[in-house]
Parts: sequence; structure tokens; C-alpha cells
Amino acid sequence: MSGFLDLFRPSTYGKLPLDDGVEWFVKDWLVPNFRPAFRAIQAPVNALLDSIDGFLQAVPFPIFWLVAAILAWRIAGRGVGILTAVSLLLIDMVGIWEETMTTLAMVITAVTFCAVAGVPLGILAARSDRFAGGLRPVLDIMQTIPTFVYLVPIVMLFGVGMVPGVIATIVFALPPVIRLTNLGIRQVQGEMVEAGYAFGATRRQVLIEIEIPLAMRTIMAGLNQTLMLALSMVVIAALIGAGGLGLTVYTGLGRLDVGRAFLGGFGIVLLAIILDRVTQAMGAPTPAQANGWTFRGVARSLLGGGRSQKAEAAAGQ
Amino acid sequence: MQDKIVVKNLYKIFGPDADKAAELAGAGKEKDEVFRETQGVVAVNDISFSVQEQQIFVVMGLSGSGKSTLIRCLNRLIEPTSGQIIIDGADVTAAGPSELREIRRSKMAMVFQHFALLPHRTVLENAAFALKLRGLSKKDRNDKAMRALEAVGLGAWADSLPSQLSGGMQQRVGIARSLAAEPQILLMDEPFSALDPLIRREMQDELIGLQRDFKTTIVFITHDLHEALKLGDQIAVMRDGGFVQVGPPQAIVTDPADDYVRAFVQDVDRARVVTMGSIAEQVEPIVLGRDDLASARRKIAQAPYSALPVLDARGKLKGLLSEGALAEGGRPHLERLVPDEMQTTPEDVSLHDAFSLFAKGEPVAVLDEKGRLAGIVDPQAVFSHLSGGDAPEEEQAEAERPAAPTAPSHDAA
Repeated sequence: MSGFLDLFRPSTYGKLPLDDGVEWFVKDWLVPNFRPAFRAIQAPVNALLDSIDGFLQAVPFPIFWLVAAILAWRIAGRGVGILTAVSLLLIDMVGIWEETMTTLAMVITAVTFCAVAGVPLGILAARSDRFAGGLRPVLDIMQTIPTFVYLVPIVMLFGVGMVPGVIATIVFALPPVIRLTNLGIRQVQGEMVEAGYAFGATRRQVLIEIEIPLAMRTIMAGLNQTLMLALSMVVIAALIGAGGLGLTVYTGLGRLDVGRAFLGGFGIVLLAIILDRVTQAMGAPTPAQANGWTFRGVARSLLGGGRSQKAEAAAGQ
Repeated sequence: MQDKIVVKNLYKIFGPDADKAAELAGAGKEKDEVFRETQGVVAVNDISFSVQEQQIFVVMGLSGSGKSTLIRCLNRLIEPTSGQIIIDGADVTAAGPSELREIRRSKMAMVFQHFALLPHRTVLENAAFALKLRGLSKKDRNDKAMRALEAVGLGAWADSLPSQLSGGMQQRVGIARSLAAEPQILLMDEPFSALDPLIRREMQDELIGLQRDFKTTIVFITHDLHEALKLGDQIAVMRDGGFVQVGPPQAIVTDPADDYVRAFVQDVDRARVVTMGSIAEQVEPIVLGRDDLASARRKIAQAPYSALPVLDARGKLKGLLSEGALAEGGRPHLERLVPDEMQTTPEDVSLHDAFSLFAKGEPVAVLDEKGRLAGIVDPQAVFSHLSGGDAPEEEQAEAERPAAPTAPSHDAA
């Protein structure tokens, strides 16, 4: 019986060599023809990463600690300021300061490139339904394809090291900022845009004066998501030679050194909390409305403050 | 008065095959038919009108009647399918992009139903929005915006954010924003619909004052008939993309063009719309120095009332002479008779405001702008006009006559 039904199975008659095709495409066509082009892409990433990493490593700990705590306090309130100060002390005390700074440099570099590429792409997508339609499957693929799958071609094209790690991070972390920029601009009330045009604004003025400011909170939410995704790529990027906290985790894993692996994870989590709180606060409209450390404020921060604050604003009208 | 805005044969059709839909609509097909055949929605269907300088032209209609589309066609936020919009003799539909921006920045400003204020900008920055787009220096635009804010009574709130203001105040900012550029034309798209009734009435009164001060021509959209009657020098009733009737408020109420308008106006308090001038009846007055006792008696006998106004030789109203007073006799000369005091009122006063004058049950004299007698109103005529549509023929004849005297008196106001 099963022999009969196998007649209707395509694999009975042969195999479609998709794997060979992809192998040929990447190895024999993409790499030999475009390697120089990809190397050129690498240059600006490399330059930015080097300067940020160099700067962060050069700043003495007490100065960095003080500046970071004050910034966090001014931007996100006293609670986040204290949290930042304590976390940074802990990170240094457990002996992973240099690794943390390297990871921070990688994340800042990746997020910077994501913002520079993602915000304009999101604006274009908001302006043109056709462009948005074309972009959507690409973003879907970027978000769903397992990271390990594109690590191989990235290594072939860019080699190993920090920069390929950052490039893999950019590919992985880019979609949210594009999607949320698109969404944010599309959500700006029609009457607002109309008001802009009715008073004689050019397209550019409408974008700068109305659409971007009103979409800012959504765009910042996108950047926040991009940042979190970038942090989650740190360990995977270490597989292709990126250093920092990811490497600490990776070597701990390789040697079955639970303590070391935990240290790396500890650093990543603390860094993630600090960056998340601070960037979320940057998206809030005024310091007065930033979430405090009341029970409701914390709950709101944890459960995506954007919606509840928007509801409040709507109720206020 | 000059025509500020002239609109000729304006069409706006949404849908895939606008040209064919326009052709069908032009051939007089119904909105539903056009939609069935072309999937095109006729939002504005062959509308022509003109607005005189410094008038308030109110477009009234229910939601879906196309009134919002119409007002957006005027500044081309929505591109009309065909037709002409002529402002000060220049065709707006032919303007290029930069020319159009210039018109929007300095000539035509707009006020929105939901205010459309920028939440991240202060009240002053919002009021200065149009001036900023025009490229004025910060000082210049803030000075002008401040003047506009003071005109709407919000000078003290310049540094607040819109979210700190109540709805009525937010719309004042919206009006200040539109006035700051000193436009000649204001387009107002249901500006007071989102406000509470009390605030709404206050804003309506204020708008009339602002219009007088800033000397703007206003196109005002509303779905509220009372608002239309209160503000409009001319009212257009809109339905299914077309104008059903255009006329001064009183004509809309007293002489509705069809059942649709009639259904609309049936609950209106006529006393607030009908003016004394419009129901005044012309009578032949008794003129001192020209009439003697006999001719005065004859005139009163022929008059519909038992009393007549008395004028002196120069045409000035002296008072009211009743049949009873004449009949008393004993006084041989007309001049010796002292006429009773007569209540007077200007032509543009509404019946509602004139009620107290009828307290004695005597006719009231209606005077024109120069203080001359235009006619008299008998208490009974007031009641027959308030009751409305009982005698359609008679009513129509009366409604046509008053249209002429009321329109200019509105301008004067």
C-alpha cells in the first residue's frame, strides 16, 4: 500500500538540488564577483566600531560611571539613574568591564547603522504602498530565517571578526525600526497632515514638522526593539569571531565553565536593562510623563508603556 | 459687494473611472446609478456658487453629503475632478504647486473639526505655524501669532501645550493659527462640532466678532441648522453632493425648496429667523399737512387695521392714530390730534427680539436704515408667520418680497 502511495511522492522520481544551487550561487558567483563590494561595505562599519570601542576602552571607569549614571538620571529619572550606577559597579566588580565596553561598542555601532538605514526606509515605506509591499517579505525573511543560516555566507563574504559580527547583528536587528517607523508615520492622523498642507507646507515640511515628531514615540519604540535584538545577537556573533560578553559566554560554553558563562549572561542582562529603560524614556514626550518607580509605573514600563500612555493622551483630549 | 470666491461646475469623483463617472453625473444620473455603473462615488456633483467679500457662506448638510470634500476642493487638499474655483479673479485650479502653496500660506487658511494642533508644540508655536512655513523670522512670527492669540483671548496661554487646554480653548488656538497669517478667506470645516453646546454658542458669537474685526470671507461647514442660521449670510443646503437650495437664512426657513429642506427646517424657531422687516406690510400713512380729517378717516377705513401711522411733512414718524381717536371728534384739525406713541424697530430685528414691543397689542412700525417708515407689523401677522406653512401661497409671496431688504441689512450688521 505504501509502495503504491509512494508513486505520488515527488522524491521517488528524483531530487531537486536546491542545496547545490545555493552553494553554487554563494561560493562560485556571489563571493568571487562581489567580494570587493562587500569588503567596501565593511569599511564604514569598521571605522565606526573602532572609534567607539577605542573611546569606550579609553575612558576611565569612574568617569564613565559618573557620566552614565547622571545621563540615565536626567533622561529616565532617579530610579533608572540609581539602577545604572549600581549595575555598572557590579559589572566592574565581577571583572567583565572591558568585555562589556566592547559589547556596548558593537551594539551602538549596529543600532546606529540600523537607524541610519531603517528610518529612511520606514519613511519611504510609509509614503508608498508599493514600496511597503515589496519590503514586507524581505523584512519577514530577515526576522524569521534562523541566524545561523546566514552566518555562513557572511563569513564567506566578510571573513571572521568583529565587523562581520556587527553586520550579522545589523541584518538581524534592522526590521523593527523599519516596521515601526512605517507604522508610526502611517498612524499620524490624516487631519494633522491635512493641516500641514492647508497652511502651505511642502512635502518635506510636513515630514519634518508634523509626521516625524508625531511618529517619534513609535520610531523610538522601534529603535528600542532594534537595540534589544542587537543585544540578543551578541552571543551568536561571537561564533564568527566577535569579542565582548558574547565571547565570554561562548568560551564558558566550550569549556563547560558554568561560572564564566554566567558572568557573560549577567553582563548582557544588566546592559540590556539599562539601555532599555533609558531608550524607552527617550521616547516619552516629556520628563513629567516618564514612568516613575511606582507600582503602576513599573508595570507600565514592563508591559509596553506606549499604548497606555497613548490612551491617556486620547482621554486627555 | 464683490465676489470673492466663484465656483463653477465643480465635480469631485472618487473611484477608478472618474471621467466616465463625471460624464454620467453630468448627464443627470443619480449618485447610486453612477456608482453601480462605474464604481465611482460622486462626492461633489456640479456645484456652482459665489461668495461675496466679507460674507459668511455656510454649507449645511448631513454627514456623507460631500460638504467636507467640497471645502477641501476649495484649497485643493482634494483635487477636484473638473470645474473652476476662482478667487479674486484668478483660477485656483490652474495654479502650479508653488503658486498653490503661496495661496494656502497667505490667502486661505483652514480650521479643522478636531483642531489638528501639534501636540509637541506650544500654543504660540502652533499659532505661528503658517508664518513659520512662510519663512518669517522667529521674532516676526511670534509677534503676529501673539496678536492673533490675544484676539481670541488666549494671550496668557502662549507657553502652554495644547493638551493643557480645554476643547473650546484648543479650537481658539486653531482659529488664532488661521488668523495669524491674516488670510482673506477662512475655510472652516465643522469647527465647533466637537465642542459642548454652551461653548459652541460662545464660539459662534466670537466668530462673528472676529470676522468683523479681521474682515475675512468665511466658508463654514456645519451639520447643525441652527448654527447655519445664526452665522450664515448665505446658506447652501447640500445633499448627495449637490446644492439643494442656496439663499439667505430666512428664505431657507420660510421658503424651503423641497421636502428635504422642509424636513430640515420644520423644527426651527421661526421667531429667531424671520425679521420684522420681512413681514412688515406697507400701508399708506397719514401725512400731516397733506391729509385732513376726512381723508384720514377714509384711509383708516381702507386700511387693514383700525389704526395708521402718522408722519409729519418731512416724512418723520409722529405716532399711531387709531380710528377711535379720530371718532372722538370735537377737534377740527388733524394737527391737534395727539397720536399715541408708536413702538418702532429696525428691519433686521428678529421677531423673537421684537416680542416685547407688541405688549400693548398695537401695530409696530418698522423703520429702514435711514429711519423712514418701511411698513408696520400687526400683532396678528406675527402669529400667522410663526405658525408657518398653513397658507403656502400667501407665505411664498411674502417670502419673495422680504428677501431684498434683509440681505443688505445683514451686511450692515
